[in-house]
Amino acid sequence: MRSFFKNLVGQKILMAVSGLFMTLFLTAHLLGNMTIYTGGLNAYAEQLHALVPLVWISRISMLTLLLLHIYFAIKLTLENRDAKPVGYAVSKNIRSTFASRNMIWSGLAVAIFIIYHLLHLTVPAASGSVSLDSMGRPDISGMVVEGFQGGLVAVIYLVSLLGLLLHIIHGIQSSFQSLGLSGEDAAPVIHRAGIIVALVLSAGFLSIPLIIFVGIVKG
Amino acid sequence: MKLILFIWRQQGADDPGKLVRYDTSEISAEMSFLEMLDVVNEGLVKDGKEPIAFDHDCREGICGTCSQVINGVPHGPQERTTVCQLHMRQFKDGDKIYIEPWRARAFPIVKDLIVDRSSLERVMQAGGYISVHTGCAPDANSILIRREDAETAMDAAECIGCGACVAACPNGSAMLFTAAKVTQFASLPQGQTEAKHRVCMMTEVMKHEGFGSCTNHYECQAVCPKGLKTSFIARLNREFLKALDSPEMPESFSGGFLNRGNPSR
Repeated sequence: MRSFFKNLVGQKILMAVSGLFMTLFLTAHLLGNMTIYTGGLNAYAEQLHALVPLVWISRISMLTLLLLHIYFAIKLTLENRDAKPVGYAVSKNIRSTFASRNMIWSGLAVAIFIIYHLLHLTVPAASGSVSLDSMGRPDISGMVVEGFQGGLVAVIYLVSLLGLLLHIIHGIQSSFQSLGLSGEDAAPVIHRAGIIVALVLSAGFLSIPLIIFVGIVKG
Repeated sequence: MKLILFIWRQQGADDPGKLVRYDTSEISAEMSFLEMLDVVNEGLVKDGKEPIAFDHDCREGICGTCSQVINGVPHGPQERTTVCQLHMRQFKDGDKIYIEPWRARAFPIVKDLIVDRSSLERVMQAGGYISVHTGCAPDANSILIRREDAETAMDAAECIGCGACVAACPNGSAMLFTAAKVTQFASLPQGQTEAKHRVCMMTEVMKHEGFGSCTNHYECQAVCPKGLKTSFIARLNREFLKALDSPEMPESFSGGFLNRGNPSR
């Protein structure tokens, strides 16, 4: 197995698998978040916390995948830059996109955002320092609405989620190619589907701070 | 027509090199791009200056020798066309044309527009073959091959090994080249025996030679003069996954006969 991690195709496959699992997590996370619109966020949070061992398994596996993804991202980026030490006086990009060429930077934005987001919402919620709602449950919904009141917070989330969009708009469809799942007929379909999934996920996440900021959802 | 050319001049590997401006006239639209350079070189020779060194051989688009990046695009602006088959009618009077060599760690510059592409040969030596006694040519249809597989193998075999994919790739990766060879053999029954060994060795040697890895920019497909597709790269990735459980996967790659390798490494 050691040689698998040393091979450049092996490393790409690792990037793809870890990326896709994190996208699955994003999907589950978004579905959970959507309960804020039905007023069921507190109930969802309470039920999630009843599954503490599962929550911790998920956290630890996500952290492991994230660290692997970051480690190989930096390694591959440095190796790839070394493979192209001199550029062209006149350069032209035909098929590559702004997103595909800036994965390391959009990835950095997402990584910084994850730390901020955990400190902003996850740590207060997990540490039990949240006031209780009328039914005696931790008032996660109220905490979220309060957390998104400031304009600066809304801007931070807006910029970070655009970074996430940039990252997964290339990442999702690219993962399928790295796993060898995009044949000649499937490739254009997978390409478009990957972009649509990326747009839907980003729009879903983005809607929460924006709508709270505008004041439609109230605690 | 009159053209303003900016051409990369570099005496040798240790020379830093620079773009030099050449003003030309009397270029006809019927000339091929290389004939245009021939005219420029004749002028340089007449003036007692050193002509521009560039690679060329068959001049009919099949040998894969010509290698120039024209205005930022390997093989120039016309799709699915090598430099030698590019004609001056693609340009307008007064155009500025930048001509640069292939750029990649694995392609050290020999002189001016000529680069050393022997790294691709060493990738081939690592597995781009089948080890069987072929004997005489077999009778037609003695080995049955699905038509689709034969077509895929033929499409992949169209690769002329020019290295434009590497020149276009922001990562200097030879993935399209390597994937074409892997696909060509993996599609045919003769290639099955060594399939796992092939994909592992060719990708290992690719890295060893200083090529980057594929991050799916797809620039290679856009510039390939033979229209090779990145679906071949997906095929290579599948072949690699198939080799996962295999003892063929080299535990540690020493390089062996390849240690002579790229002199720039």
